[in-house]
Amino acid sequence: MAAVLTAPQRAVRRRRTLVVLGVLTLAVVAAFLTVDVTGSWDYALQQRGRRLAAMAVVAVAVAVSTVLFQTVTNNRILTPEIMGFDRLFVLIQTVGVFSLGAATVTTTDPRLRFAVEVVVLIGFGALLYRSLFGRTERDVYVLVLLGVVLGSTFTSLTLLVSRLIDPNEFLTLQDLLFASFNSVDRQMLALSAVLVALVTAGVWRLLPRLDVVALGRDTAVGLGVEHRRVVDRALLAVAVLVAVATALVGPITFLGLLVANLARQLLGTHRHAWVLPGAALLALLALAGGQLVLEQVFGFNSSLSIVVNFVGGIVFIALLVREPRQ
Amino acid sequence: MTRTTGRRSGVAPAPRGQVRRRRGVQRWHVAAALATLVLAALASLFVGVGDLTPADLLDPDEAQARVLWTSRVPRLLAILLAGSAMAVAGLVMMHLTRNRFVSPQTAGTTEWVGLGIVVATLSFGGASVLGKMVIGVVFALAGTALFVWLLQRMVLTDVVVVPLVGILLGGVVSAAATFLAYRFDLLQTVDVWMNGDFSGVLAGRYELLWLVLAATVVAYLWADRFSVAGMGESFAINLGVAYTRVVMVGLAIASVVTAIVVVSVGSIPFLGLVVPNLVTLAMGDDLRRVLPVTALTGAAFVLVCDVLARTVRYPYEVPVGMIGGVVGGVLFIWLLLRARKRAL
Repeated sequence: MAAVLTAPQRAVRRRRTLVVLGVLTLAVVAAFLTVDVTGSWDYALQQRGRRLAAMAVVAVAVAVSTVLFQTVTNNRILTPEIMGFDRLFVLIQTVGVFSLGAATVTTTDPRLRFAVEVVVLIGFGALLYRSLFGRTERDVYVLVLLGVVLGSTFTSLTLLVSRLIDPNEFLTLQDLLFASFNSVDRQMLALSAVLVALVTAGVWRLLPRLDVVALGRDTAVGLGVEHRRVVDRALLAVAVLVAVATALVGPITFLGLLVANLARQLLGTHRHAWVLPGAALLALLALAGGQLVLEQVFGFNSSLSIVVNFVGGIVFIALLVREPRQ
Repeated sequence: MTRTTGRRSGVAPAPRGQVRRRRGVQRWHVAAALATLVLAALASLFVGVGDLTPADLLDPDEAQARVLWTSRVPRLLAILLAGSAMAVAGLVMMHLTRNRFVSPQTAGTTEWVGLGIVVATLSFGGASVLGKMVIGVVFALAGTALFVWLLQRMVLTDVVVVPLVGILLGGVVSAAATFLAYRFDLLQTVDVWMNGDFSGVLAGRYELLWLVLAATVVAYLWADRFSVAGMGESFAINLGVAYTRVVMVGLAIASVVTAIVVVSVGSIPFLGLVVPNLVTLAMGDDLRRVLPVTALTGAAFVLVCDVLARTVRYPYEVPVGMIGGVVGGVLFIWLLLRARKRAL
């Protein structure tokens, strides 16, 4: 539809879209912080501020990780969550509590614990997905199905291991696993924010090369980009970001898929410098706006991820069914 | 079409298609499998907290007899019924949709039943098992119909898109069910149907499961018709088979079986998918020949998973669905990679 526009016109339109998104997000954020405050404003702002900060961190992590993953895999229906990354992280946490005991896990510095978990995730993820990617190159549907089945197998395994854990230790695990925006640990939040900021800054420096990688492996290599190195770094960033988001609030499978595709569509471009901020804004808009609507209109508390999975699942099916026609 | 014994029907035209027929499985293989199943079944009678040894069978005291007849035997029967019926349901669905990866668990049927259970519990208070079953069947039929409708609309580029859409559809339905359950404090109900568990099976509380035996028998009697329907619409009509009706009956059998099993004992992930695939890998695609072996293998699969579930954290139990989910998931991944390698 934008075919008749000249390049500068498109840039203007993109900028305008991004500004509109920003203003909308700001409005929703303001509403989220201030609507229906009863009693102490200080307390309410502090509480909501922390939840909002968690949402912002998760929004950036999910948006950046999904866009990167899609660039690297050269497909717009794959996301790290659909490939089971987040479930793998939950499984790693569970196995950690099971094999080391709750006492060891809780007395360890959360930063150290998180670092270890992320390293294990990267190791396992690289091993697992490298071998799968290598074997079924360019066969996207098989990959997605594999990812979905892997995710569900990881979930079964997590449930199984958590049943084998001592009930007292299970309580500790539950605190780790059933995180939500309402119960975010302050220390974790600060750590996560720093990590996401660092990784995003690192990604920013990769942007020009990522734009080339998005053209496909052969083209990228032809244009003189070290494809393998860019891909490795991007996957590393993805693993850290997914771990951060999952550790903070648990799996939200379809959020990334929704915002990455919507951002590309709204902005009419595949260039990362536009898509990344657009997707992040959309993610925050969806999280804060969704929570606001759920709480204020329906009086629910923490079922946002269920709603996101419901809507996201339908969109995903539509994408799958329509894709071959294009 | 005359009916012959299962063994001889291998001569009748069967949907072999491009699939290579293997003669690897001999009669003694089946006999050995059957013997193993019987042994495992007997063993399963003696796994549990209540003391019961094979020697006690000869002269059980009152308590031991009660354990045996109210708990162990009903549980064994429930396992055999559910396992065999779900495997056969998967086999029939696989044939009718002409896709190896379609089963009640990869078409969203299980999740529709779950939604039905939540709706039944909500609208009729603590609805009776029979009430839940009826509503579960209705939801399963509607869900399967929706899936088939989606299937017809899809431009198929790849066989794996079909199960993918089915699994995701199941995810959406399950999200809806979870949402409702969350809203009305029924999350435990959802937990129960998502993770199949035979620990609640007692005499007097599982008998509706016998209905699936009837469905399995019907599936066997109609095996030849399903075979022909599985060869495609025009082919089936040319052979004088009422294609639409046969397909509808087959999918209805699969849906009803799924609903009854899920309402009675909960879901065992991938059961209806991996067992028929493994059996047809070994025996070829002749439906009538494969069906009884599929039923036996399904029962054995669930039995082994259940004995594992009862012993892995003895004296406590783990829901069998979790064990099945891990084992089935790993097998499914293996099947997928294998199918892909052969196609290349």
